[in-house]
Amino acid sequence: MALHFEVHAGSPSPIYEQIEKQIRREVAAGRLPIGEQLPSVRALAEQLTVNPNTVARAYAELTAEGVIESQQGRGFFVAERRQILSKEERLRRLDEAARRFLDETVFLDFSLPELLQRLETLSTEYSKSRK
Amino acid sequence: MSEYVIETHGLTRYFGRHCVVNELNLRVPRGSIFGFLGRNGAGKSTTIRMLLGMIEPTRGSARILGRDSRELTPEDRARIGYLPEGHHVYGWMTVAECGKFQSDFYPKWNEEIFRAVLSHFRLDMKNKAGNLSRGQRAGLCLALVLAPEPELLILDDPALGLDPVARRSLIQSMLYVTRRADRTILFSSHLLSDVERVADEICVLDRGVLRASCRLDTFRKQVRQFTLRYDGEGPPLPELPGLLESFRTEGELSIIIANLDPEGEARLRALPVHSFEEVPLSLEDSFVSYVGERGEKSFFTKDLEGVK
Repeated sequence: MALHFEVHAGSPSPIYEQIEKQIRREVAAGRLPIGEQLPSVRALAEQLTVNPNTVARAYAELTAEGVIESQQGRGFFVAERRQILSKEERLRRLDEAARRFLDETVFLDFSLPELLQRLETLSTEYSKSRK
Repeated sequence: MSEYVIETHGLTRYFGRHCVVNELNLRVPRGSIFGFLGRNGAGKSTTIRMLLGMIEPTRGSARILGRDSRELTPEDRARIGYLPEGHHVYGWMTVAECGKFQSDFYPKWNEEIFRAVLSHFRLDMKNKAGNLSRGQRAGLCLALVLAPEPELLILDDPALGLDPVARRSLIQSMLYVTRRADRTILFSSHLLSDVERVADEICVLDRGVLRASCRLDTFRKQVRQFTLRYDGEGPPLPELPGLLESFRTEGELSIIIANLDPEGEARLRALPVHSFEEVPLSLEDSFVSYVGERGEKSFFTKDLEGVK
């Protein structure tokens, strides 16, 4: 499987966070299916030219969130999806994402019902693509 | 075997009446890639030269690989690789001759590594060192310093003057060397995006004074930026000990602050404003703000290691 990650050093987002986000997105979109093996820490660090500890940290955070799991001696795999974040934390993240969404869409002058309808359409397409 | 390959105690150096390195207490953990940061003239090269016993401290001491830096034996030195600032080479020698010359000083010499680094920088054994480009010279110097497989590598501004491709090769070489957990690199650099790629730990030297020494992630977490928006004049800022920068524009106040404790943050959040937002900073912006004019010498982040 050819996974293509990229990182930008010098950005306000730390490198481990960038790796984390990309993997989370690939998993959410189904491009990294459940059970799929991730590149080893060493291999991904080499591919991205970053310190292996940075990749290890991204994997550790994703493991703590239940997105991936480590199998002793075999490496990291995409985990069966289960929610392990608290309700509070999920809400916090939803608000954060919603604010970013609003920041980028407010100047497009769509009404709230129009935005909601659009979200619904896209969400349906998104679920289809995951199957 | 000590956990630290470099340990300094009150290391101080004067040049005349000018204090260049002031009471430095530095610890470099074994196996780390340690970024030594500071502006030009902050005292980085002087510190490095004291670590290697090339100049005497005025006061204090340094231990390197467990030995006092003033008493390093040739055997100790063979375990340390040092790349001085500027990528100096003997111009009249060929690349091969440089290798032969250098290898005679070391009990261990890994010709495979020497050749691998040369080819990484696209160097030919027959080239005259004096005709090389800056990037190629850097490659040659790096090959010469890596081939003896030193336990501790000290690189003084290795990226100086290099193009982006040569810099990437440099970083790859640094990561390659530290694949073995017992190898340590201390390097100074002004290129914060390179530092971000490779360093586990950093320290910040400012006018001879150590202002921070901690994990890179900790430093990033401890220097934060907030934007407050309000109507009219806006509230006065409470007294905050770690304030690095603040600037007001119309209806808006941006602040950058180091080591904000929970009480300080609570006081900020309690201000009568209509929005309060944390704005992430790049490593470079954090650094610039940290060693900017307003800073004082009291923000050691080592104490805050492990703060969530």
